[in-house]
Formats: sequence, C-alpha cells, structure tokens
Amino acid sequence: MAEVLLDVRDLRVHFPTDDGLVRAVDGVSFTLERGRTLGIVGESGSGKSVTSLGIMGLHQGTRAQISGHIKLDGEELVGAPAARVRELRGSKMSMIFQDPLSSLHPYYTVGAQIAEAYLVHNKVSRQVARKHAVDMLGRVGIPTPATRVDDYPHQFSGGMRQRAMIAMALSCDPELLIADEPTTALDVTVQAQILDLIWDLQREYQSAVIIITHDLGVVAELSDDILVMYAGRMAEYGSAEDIFDSPGHPYTWGLLGSMPRLDEARLDRLIPIKGTPPSLINVPSGCPFHPRCQYAAETGGLSQTEVPEMRPVAPGHLVACHLTNDQRRAARSSAAHLEDA
Amino acid sequence: MITFIIRRLIATVFLLIVVSMITFAIFFLIPRLAGQNTYQLATEYVGRNPTRAAVLQVEAQLGLDHPLWLQYWNFLKGIVAGAHYNSGTTSTYCPPPCFGYSFRSQQPVWPQMVSDLPVTLSLAIGAAVIWLVAGVAIGVISALKRGTLFDRFSMGVALAGVSLPIFFTGLISLELFSYKWPLFPNVQYVSFLTNPYLWARNLVLPWICLAFLYAALYARLTRAGMLETMSEDYIRTARAKGLPERTVIFKHGLRAALTPIVTIFGMDLGLLLGGAIITEYTFSLHGLGLFTILAIQNQDLPEILGVTMLAAFFIVIANLVVDVLYAYVDPRVRH
Amino acid sequence: MSGALLEVTGLTKHFPVTRGIIIRQKVGAVQAVDDVSFSVDPGQTLGVVGESGCGKTTTGRLLTRLLEPTGGQIVFDGHDISHLSAGQMRPLRRDIQMIFQDPYSSLNPRHTVGSIVGAPLRLQKVSTPNGIKAAVQELLELVGLSPEHYNRYPHEFSGGQRQRIGIARTLALRPKLIVADEPVSALDVSIQAQIVNLLEDLQGELGLTYVVIAHDLSVVRHIADLVAVMYLGKIVELAPRDELYARPRHPYTVALMSAVPVPAPVRGEEGRQRRERIRLAGDVPSPLNPPPACRFHTRCWKAQEICRTTEPPLADLDPGHQVACHFPENSAPDDRAPGDGAAEASPATAANSADPE
Repeated sequence: MAEVLLDVRDLRVHFPTDDGLVRAVDGVSFTLERGRTLGIVGESGSGKSVTSLGIMGLHQGTRAQISGHIKLDGEELVGAPAARVRELRGSKMSMIFQDPLSSLHPYYTVGAQIAEAYLVHNKVSRQVARKHAVDMLGRVGIPTPATRVDDYPHQFSGGMRQRAMIAMALSCDPELLIADEPTTALDVTVQAQILDLIWDLQREYQSAVIIITHDLGVVAELSDDILVMYAGRMAEYGSAEDIFDSPGHPYTWGLLGSMPRLDEARLDRLIPIKGTPPSLINVPSGCPFHPRCQYAAETGGLSQTEVPEMRPVAPGHLVACHLTNDQRRAARSSAAHLEDA
Repeated sequence: MITFIIRRLIATVFLLIVVSMITFAIFFLIPRLAGQNTYQLATEYVGRNPTRAAVLQVEAQLGLDHPLWLQYWNFLKGIVAGAHYNSGTTSTYCPPPCFGYSFRSQQPVWPQMVSDLPVTLSLAIGAAVIWLVAGVAIGVISALKRGTLFDRFSMGVALAGVSLPIFFTGLISLELFSYKWPLFPNVQYVSFLTNPYLWARNLVLPWICLAFLYAALYARLTRAGMLETMSEDYIRTARAKGLPERTVIFKHGLRAALTPIVTIFGMDLGLLLGGAIITEYTFSLHGLGLFTILAIQNQDLPEILGVTMLAAFFIVIANLVVDVLYAYVDPRVRH
Repeated sequence: MSGALLEVTGLTKHFPVTRGIIIRQKVGAVQAVDDVSFSVDPGQTLGVVGESGCGKTTTGRLLTRLLEPTGGQIVFDGHDISHLSAGQMRPLRRDIQMIFQDPYSSLNPRHTVGSIVGAPLRLQKVSTPNGIKAAVQELLELVGLSPEHYNRYPHEFSGGQRQRIGIARTLALRPKLIVADEPVSALDVSIQAQIVNLLEDLQGELGLTYVVIAHDLSVVRHIADLVAVMYLGKIVELAPRDELYARPRHPYTVALMSAVPVPAPVRGEEGRQRRERIRLAGDVPSPLNPPPACRFHTRCWKAQEICRTTEPPLADLDPGHQVACHFPENSAPDDRAPGDGAAEASPATAANSADPE
C-alpha cells in the first residue's frame, strides 16, 4: 500500500465578483498515493482546473477565497506562507497545461525556459542547468536535443512542444505532476504518444499524477482512480473499473451515454444530457445536477432540497446522489437496455 | 536575420531617395504646375522683400529654367560634391553636403543646421530617457496595482500630461521656476563641452516639460501592455515553475509588453530629432525646431527644404532601427 | 455518378512559398490538397477525417469556394463551380453554406441574434411571406432556441446555444449542401451530443446533404454515411461508414483508430496496463515537402521499397471501398489485389487489435 502523497479535504475555492460569489470549487476531497494516477473528469465549469490551480497555490494574488485542507506529503498548503508554496512549486509539485504554444514564453528558447525551472530550485551553474535541459529533452523523446535546446517554442511542432513542457515540468523530479488537459490541443496520434510518454515517465519517476480532462477515453487509458466533478462538487469517485463498469451517478451515465464511441456499434441516436451546465453563482439548490437529471423525481423531492453527500456504493466507490442502491440498479439496467436496443 | 537587415537597408535607401524626390517636387514642381513662372518661383527663394536684381540672380543661380530632372540631378550632385552658385560677379561655393543655399542669409543651409543639431539632440535624447524610464515605471506599477488609488491617480495625471499643450506647461514652468522662484534662472543652451553642469541644469525644465507629455502616453501604453501580458498563459507557467514574482513580472511580463513600446519609442524619437518645435520656441533654445520656425517666418525656402529633408532622414533611419530591433527582440518575426 | 449533388475530381490546392531579398521567387508550394476526388449523393453525409495538416479544412474552404482550386474540378448540382467569379458564385451560394468550428468567434458580438440569422436573407434579397423577422423566428425554433432570443446578443448564450445560432444562420437560405468544419469540437461532450442529434434531425427534416470535417473519429462514425480519411493532402481511404469502421484497410486509418483513447480500462496481471496500440513514429511531415510516392511511408510500419518509389493509386479494392496502399490491412479472401502488388507484407503485429470485443 503506497503512502499518501496528497490529501485534499473539503477544498473550497470561491471568487467574489460583481455579479455574486462564484463557487468554483465547493467541497472536494480525495487522496492520492505515490505512483498512482487520479483522473479528474468534468466539463467546463466543473471546477476541475480551479482545483488543480488551488493545489499548486496559483490562486495567490487573485481574489480567491480558499478554505479546506491540502496536505502535500503531510505539509499543509492552505494558509501556508506564499514563499513556502512557491518553493514547492516546480520542485515537489509541477503542472503542465493545455496549450503548449501559449504556455511557453515566445521570446526565450525552450532550453532557457527548462534551465530556468531547474535553476530556481537548484544552486548550480548555468552550464550544468543547460546540460540538464538537454538531458530532459532527450528523456521526453525529442530527437537531436543538443540542437533543439536553442530553438524557440514556435519552431517546434505541437507534439514536440508538449513534450518540452513535460520536460520542463519534470526537470526538478517532482513527486506530484498535474496535467491539465495535456492532449486536448493535439492530434489523435500525437495525443497517443504524449499519453504513452506520461505513462512511461510516471513509472520511471514513480510520481503521482493527476490528469484533468473532459475526455473519458483519456482517463480510462491512464488513471487508476477517477473523480467526476460537476458544478464545483464531487459527483462520483472510484477506481477506473468502478466508474466504467458500474457507474453510479446519473451525470456519469449521461456522460457515458452522450459520448460517440469508436469501439462499440452504437444506435443511431446519442443520448445527450438535456439542459446546460449551471451557473456557479446561482448553483441549483440541493443536488446541483437535479435540473438535468431524469431520475430526480424518484428521490421524493430530496434532490431539490438537500445536497447529497458522497456515500459508498461499493468499497472505495463513492457517489453523491440521493437515489437508493436499488433505484440506481434499476435505472442503470433500463438505460443499458435502451443502449442495446 | 541578415537577409532581413539587408532587405530593410535596401528599402531604406530607396525610401530616402523617394523622400528627397517628393520634397524636391513639392518645392520646385508644384509651384510650376500651379502656373508660376521661373521669376515668381525665384522670388520665393530670395526671402522677404526681394529686389528685382536679387530675384534675377537667384533665378539664374538655381537654374530654374532647366528641365526638372536636371534641377533634381544638380541638387543630388550638390549633396555629394557641393555646388557653385555663381552669376556674373558673385560666386559662392557651397561645400558638400549642400542642401541648398539661403539667399536671404547668404549662407549655405547645412552648416546652420549642423550648428543647431546638438541643441535638438540634447533636448530630445535627454527628454526621451526621462520619459521612457518614468513612463514605463509608472505604467508597470499601475498595472500591478490596478484599480488602486495609485493607478487611478497616475492615469489621471497621465490624462493631464497628454492633454496639456507644451507651450502651456512650458510657459507656466518658466514663470514659476525661472522667474518667480529662480531655481533655474536664465534658461539658455550651454554646450555640454563647455560646461556640463550648466548644460544639464538649463535643460531640466524643457526636459521635464517635454517628458511629461510623452511619459503620460508611455505610462498608459505600458499599463495596457502589462495588463495584457500578465494575463497570458506563459505567466501562469512561469509561476507554476516556482519563479519569484519579481522575475515573473520583469523577465516574463515586462519583456513581452515592451516590444510595441520599443517600436513607438523609436518613431517618437525619430520625429523629435527633426526638431521639437514648440518646446524649443517656448524655451528659446536654438535647435532645429526653432530654425524651422524662423525659416518659415522668413519664408526662406532653401532652409525649409533643408530642414524638411533632414527631419525625413531621421524618421526613415529611426524606422529602420526600430524594425531591426523588433526582429531582434521578438524571435517569431525572424523566422 | 450522375445523381450526385457534389462531385469533386482531382481537386488540388497549392499555396506558393516565396523567398528572396529583392525579388521574391517561388521556391516551393504548400501542397495542402492534392488530387482529391469523391462524390456525395443528395441526402448523404460525407465525413472527412484527418489530423492537422491533412488538408481537410482547405478542402472545406474549396467546396464553398472561399478558396479557388489550383487544379481539378468541383461540380455542384450540375454546375462546374471550380473557377467561377464572385459574381457568378453569388446565386449558387444560397445552396452551399458553411458551419464553423468556433461558436465564440463566428458570431459578430455586436449584432443581435435576429440580425445574424437574418443577414443571409437580407443579403440574398429573399422574399419571405411574413417578413424576415418571422422567418428568423421560425429558424430559431427549428434549431431548438426560443423565438424571444431574437433581440439578444451572442455573449448572452452558452457555447452550444451559439452553435445552434450558427446553424440557424446556415439554414436561413434552405441550402442543399452544408459544409460543417469541426462543428462540435469546441463544445463540451454533453452538448456535442445535442448538436450532433440536431444535425441529424435537420438532415431528415429538410433533406440536407452534409460534408462534415472533423478530427474526431467517434463523432464521424456517428454522423457520416461515407467517410474519407485524409493524410497530407491526399485521400488514403474512402469507404461507406460501416465498412470503414469494421474493416479499416489503410495502415494510417488503422493507426488512427488505434490511437483514439477508448473509455474502457484495461486490466492485466500486474494491475493497470496500457492498451496495446499501434505507435506511429514521429510527427506528421510538412506539407511543404511531403515524402515522395506514398506520403505515409515515412511513418508506416509496413513500408517497402515500392512505397518509396511508386505512389499507390486510390483504388477500389472491394466495391465502394477505395484504398491508396500497396499493402493494405485486413484483407479478405475475395478482395482484389492492389494493382501490381508484390507479395503482401506480413500481417500487422499483434499490436493491431483495437477492439476489445
């Protein structure tokens, strides 16, 4: 049993705005062990990115109000001095972002940017840092790294750029790597290469990885555990097998049902989730998903009034829903029949 | 990069030639097209109160009855090899580069401009340094402290700076700081080589007045540029790497925000080198600007022609420097 | 096929690249689209799939004549539109319309919804029985929006709703052919499903013909009748939808399908395992300098000498299923051999199977 590296409990990130308080993240809890991968799935507005930025302490300087606990290797990050969190950023925990072209500075060479990351946390000479940058570029599979280290980001192709970002993030051998939509901006075959790379590097560095995405295929490939988020809250949490073999939350069913699939012959009509994602200022009362849930009526009004807690439906598999286990099973099997029709 | 510079250099030379042609045409062709004959045109070149004899002399010396291309060719020759202005008894030599000969003052134009140039250079470059440093600094602080009292106050002052004409600020500051409380009495240009201290002291007021005007603009530009840059994704990446905030602001943020400012700075300085007309007039500094005004008041066409070409030259060169600088600063332009 | 609504033959588009100090000379060309041919029957949907740089977006622009082809022919509804001038195209533009990818930037933020959707009607001077406003409101209802949205501005709507507005605009002139360039890729998954369903419903109701350009194989599987797979400006495989997904034959198609992440976790003896897939080496070559002969040979695991010297033609290997490859995958006993094929290369490695069935 690997030790717990990251322990997040009841994390809330709220932004006061002129229109009201935006409850971007409203009570998220999970743990992550070394060497394991957590996939956070959700659509835009679900709060998944805000959560990861919160872990990294990147809300500092904004108007964000953060409460709850984030313990990295036992050290509490919420409320910790900014300088301490800055020290940890890039060295113990690092992050890669969605669009590598806009996430790398256009005026500095890729090598300089990687070396910069290394130099901040390690007292070495420039030459050593540069050599390290070349090593890292080679490690992530960029050919002729000794020449490419002096190229600018715009001289790389999309896939190579993302590899360079990964090289930069891993340059200080972090224990936690957060990948925020790392492949969304990339072509399918390049996406496959990057996912392979993340997989291989994780095994090599034994780091914990959080992968944030809206693509259920990507989480299925990479994650050990999955957290489904909706409207800033947790909807479901479980292992990858739990989530895909026996999903428990109507939102998860909706996501799985509305996805066009390559591996299954599907009936002609996708089953979309009706309605649109809710505003984070006026989150629906009770269960935030209830306006779009076709099973809300079965809970006898609870969905409208009471916020559901995450409750285990199987060992290690939690669902935040008022449906009873029987109701859930019935709903699931009728939906399954619908799919197979 | 080299091909880029070569291409720009060739374009610059070409541009300078075109500028000289256009200027020449304005002065020598358009009046003819408007119906003036050579006598009338020559009148313009003699300055105020021309006598008939003087006009005829000028007419001959300028060769106004020659075809236009020949006149232009002679003009170009003059720039390179000097020109003789002789007719009958008088013969004067105008050494190269000869941008013309002022019949009113009976002197070649170029040496007068050369003697006035240091004044304009001192004024322009001094003010430029002040406005760049002050403007950028205030802009950066305003952007970082957006919405605070400092931001609103400095942008308000910037608005004043941009709105108040320089003859107003100039005269007020002279009145207050030169006459009423003589901190800077007797504002007169003293050459740097003669007395550096006095040179600087006497230029402080015009520097500040001129800089106030531009600093305001640059503060606003820097602020806007910083706000945009600091919201870019690469800033988030820089912070995610754990860089100290100061590095993020200056090395990542300001560096990117400054590129358009460098461009504008080059253009502004280039324009100013042709003569900060109003400032020089207000403070009675004998630079190219004052030279221009006097030439206009005296209707001395050769002087006006000369200073026009010199100003155009500065702007074209500034353009070139800025283009090359931009390619150096932003690698994306090079490829 | 004379009944086709859209017939494209040998379509080519090259963008010239110039270099030089004083005089710019053409030193090469970006071969964005090269000798592309297909035909689409009325009421059908053609899906064009490929990755960035394959030329699918350029193909879409050529079909709607936002670009003029450098070679080849586009015949729409019997008219050769390949080189028509702007004036000659204008009446035909009523029949060919486009849906764009980004619902956030394809609507003018300063115009109301009514103005946006009504613009085509005004521009083409269409007479409507009850006035333009009524026609627009009818269109809004058709796409699932409320007629009261007539006076609102785009920023008041979500991404999915904006895409619906874009679709309403596209339908205003009752076109025959709609070219949809990545119509759902900028939307959330659950909204994608709504828009895909909407497009299918509209096709049934209005008898539309679609050309859908997408990089997402799963979306295309859902919506297309006929699928063309493009690589570096060429079509490498063209087949009816079910055929293609059941039996992909071009190695690139096989690799592409294998690369799509599947929402079904794989568990091996030691816990989580990567799904076996075909890993293509390297990045897509530049369309400025595509590899000679078969453009895919630099990344193909089956490449042989012939692939480097002779370009494989897009041939009918079995009825309706065209493949441009010397050694296609997934051969069945009754297939025709691809031209002068030498002994076929050994079947792809075990890493081929993508279906967990």
